[in-house]
Amino acid sequence: MGTYVPNTQVQKKSMLDAVGVGAVEELFAAVPKEMLVDQLDLPEGLSELAVRQKVSAMARKNRVYGAVLRGAGAYRHFIPAVVKSVASREELVTAYTPYQAEISQGILQSIFEYQTMICALTGMEVSNASVYDGATAAAEALAMCRERKRNRAFVSACAEPGVIETMKTYCFGSGMELEFIPEKDGRTDLDALCAALGADAACVYVQQPNYYGNLEDAKAIGEAAHAAGAKYIMGCNPIALAVMETPAACGADVAVGEAQPLGLDIAFGGPYLGYMAANKAMFRKLPGRIVGQTRDVDGNVGYVLTLTAREQHIRREKASSNICSNQALCAFIAGVYMSAMGAEGLRQAAVLSMSKAHYFAGELEKTGLKRVHSGAYFHEFVTEGGDPDRVLRALDAHDILGGLPLGGGRILWCVTELVGREELDRAVAIIKEVC
Amino acid sequence: MKLIFEKGAPGQHLTLMPPCDVPEAALDNPRTEPLELPHVSETELTRHYSALAKRVHGVNDGFYPLGSCTMKYNPKINEDMAALPGFTQIHPLQPEETVQGCLEVLHESEKLLCEITGMDGMTFQPAAGAHGEFTGLLLIKAYHAHRNDPARTKIIVPDSAHGTNPASAVMAGFSVVNIPSGEDGCVDVDALRAAVGPDTAGLMLTNPNTVGIFDKNILEITRIVHEAGGLCYYDGANLNAVMGVVRPGDMGFDVIHLNLHKTFSTPHGGGGPGSGAVGCKEFLRQHLPGPVVVKDGGGYHFTKPERSIGRMKDFYGNFLVVVRALAYVLTLGREGIPEAAKNAVLNANYMRKLLSEKYTMAYAGPCMHEFVMTLQDLKDATGCSAMDIAKGLLDHGIHPPTMYFPLIVHEALMIEPTETESQEAMDEACGVFLHLWDVAHSDPAALHSAPTKTPVRRLDEVGAARNPVLRYTPHA
Repeated sequence: MGTYVPNTQVQKKSMLDAVGVGAVEELFAAVPKEMLVDQLDLPEGLSELAVRQKVSAMARKNRVYGAVLRGAGAYRHFIPAVVKSVASREELVTAYTPYQAEISQGILQSIFEYQTMICALTGMEVSNASVYDGATAAAEALAMCRERKRNRAFVSACAEPGVIETMKTYCFGSGMELEFIPEKDGRTDLDALCAALGADAACVYVQQPNYYGNLEDAKAIGEAAHAAGAKYIMGCNPIALAVMETPAACGADVAVGEAQPLGLDIAFGGPYLGYMAANKAMFRKLPGRIVGQTRDVDGNVGYVLTLTAREQHIRREKASSNICSNQALCAFIAGVYMSAMGAEGLRQAAVLSMSKAHYFAGELEKTGLKRVHSGAYFHEFVTEGGDPDRVLRALDAHDILGGLPLGGGRILWCVTELVGREELDRAVAIIKEVC
Repeated sequence: MKLIFEKGAPGQHLTLMPPCDVPEAALDNPRTEPLELPHVSETELTRHYSALAKRVHGVNDGFYPLGSCTMKYNPKINEDMAALPGFTQIHPLQPEETVQGCLEVLHESEKLLCEITGMDGMTFQPAAGAHGEFTGLLLIKAYHAHRNDPARTKIIVPDSAHGTNPASAVMAGFSVVNIPSGEDGCVDVDALRAAVGPDTAGLMLTNPNTVGIFDKNILEITRIVHEAGGLCYYDGANLNAVMGVVRPGDMGFDVIHLNLHKTFSTPHGGGGPGSGAVGCKEFLRQHLPGPVVVKDGGGYHFTKPERSIGRMKDFYGNFLVVVRALAYVLTLGREGIPEAAKNAVLNANYMRKLLSEKYTMAYAGPCMHEFVMTLQDLKDATGCSAMDIAKGLLDHGIHPPTMYFPLIVHEALMIEPTETESQEAMDEACGVFLHLWDVAHSDPAALHSAPTKTPVRRLDEVGAARNPVLRYTPHA
């Protein structure tokens, strides 16, 4: 049996004596006898070596691909060595939420820096300290925009399916109404949006680039939202923000997104990182922790959790959200990542990803896999043509995870800076053989 | 200390990206604003974050008796397992046959944790305790909706509950009925009886409760709620006291959440990521968030429950946190799980005994894994508050207990040592607590001005909220 209890039998005996009981079971006297567990149906505890062998065997049953051409909400990017080294510091990893500011300045300052970087990326004025992931960030953003007479959220059908499903669940809880704006040629149908918006519109949500990788006419959508008196929420890929127009420039009131691409492993879907930022008019409606700068009694600069009057431990049933734990260590990692990359490094990652995606789309075209949509896109695109099953199986046999099959003969591809031109050419050659 | 934006110089950078090996693409409508990110060398970068790390107190730095947070030791083998490339490099949308190991992790964890809690099914999608509460309450909502009983709109919450309980209930579309606690800190059974009715959707409860007492009336409590047609929700924040000893499922609870980052030893990362796994009885499994993992002769598969409430977040939850928790449960096994609970309770009673020499306990003992002291009399006598004692602890390298919670106790300090602290560590900590009690009487001014040895001293929180500075702006 493995144990992390340090006290010996002798020590336990001396502690029991101090407490004044003969056996630890006496301390459980309040538990009705008939409820006591005789023995759990669990395996015997294991040594560290045995645990390592058992769990490693599970990991080996998973397939790690040499190259990944699949995104759809989870993106394998380059992670600088310094990120993992810094983020494994035990002080940070083993600390709780920074309730005691005097001995939590490292965490608080790192969040303040993260908030600043998210504002820089998005152009927004205020960022919170993170939420669970991009999907919950989007769902929380809808709730931020809800008003007494505006209870309907208009959401682009071109948003990622996981985001849409999460919004539905949150709205099942809150009673907020959801209406989806259909897709037209791989983008949000602006005419349909304008026709649908009414006096009950709380907000419009659009993803940029959208699920299909296409860039939306984000400014026009924002204008339509505001013309109807609704708030405008954009869900943006943070790497793309290095090269595309910011949500602030597009008129967004709230910017959210999945920040996993900023230095976090794809890790079978989590832990990831939801970022949320807002303009000045909306920031008091942000859910979750926010760190602010202040001074101590000696006048030294320091950081604290602030604006807590929005939060559950003060407001209870009147809180803006129930969130308590967030993804602090992931936000820390994103901060280290952005510091290591710098503006130029982040721009290079974006340009490399986008350029390779465009190169790959062009080469695929020669195999008969043609891009379905026209117009601007970032690092993802949809093809049709060929037999997706055969294409993906052929790539699989060569250690390449191909794009995500969308049904109807379509495949959603993603290319990041991790994939070299030679690998792309190799993938094209493999596909050629089966098309 | 300086912010990272104030360090380095324009032009300093790391060399990370190769040149572009394909024709460069560009957008028609590119970003026009400059991107203001730090510009530092790798040396500067690592020094900055090392300096930040030194300004943090983690479990690895010293005693951390933060009540209700179960700050136990975070085993290193768990970290090693969560760092295996066979987990970290797996895309969440890979074909099912290529992720059998991940599905096995989820399936095994579900099986083991269901046995520990007396539940029949579990989801790992919720990313934190509060997210788990929200999930569990949606299960209750779906259950009543499916039974065509829309009148059940109220969730009963004791006044000693964590603030997330009422906040989660409201997010799930319920209204909240607060009921008072009895003098012993437990549920006032008569008040509960008076509160239930045809509008009762459910009750949210922790047991042991937030004052560290096991509610001996638990079977009666859950029976009252069930007879009124409601369901019982177990907030697993305090499961560490009773795991392997008594199961929430046997107490009459229908749905629970666990905090894997408390009870099951995964690190809290300065505020997350955690995992708020939600377990439920058989009749609620049809409503669980999808996908869930099932096993058949062909291996493991994802499937969506028939009447699922939908997704709580993208993909399958904080998966690497689940890997850590699995490694922990495999390590402890059937004997180690109750052993941990029993030692957590013994440690708490030991500290309670030592501190009773001078401090006033809010409730009669014995306690479970934590206990609450009230410092009202100390404050009346010396002017030193629970906050002052907490700040005094900082100068002795001890993380203070949870302060001013639960709200029903005046000048509360809530202490939870956990089972991974040694007698020696607790003796030392109690020595400091007792010393501070003396200081409160001999030199209260010293405690009012504590801490003095920390990187910063008491901070102006009122000013921070009144004039919010929430990001760095370069000086003009």
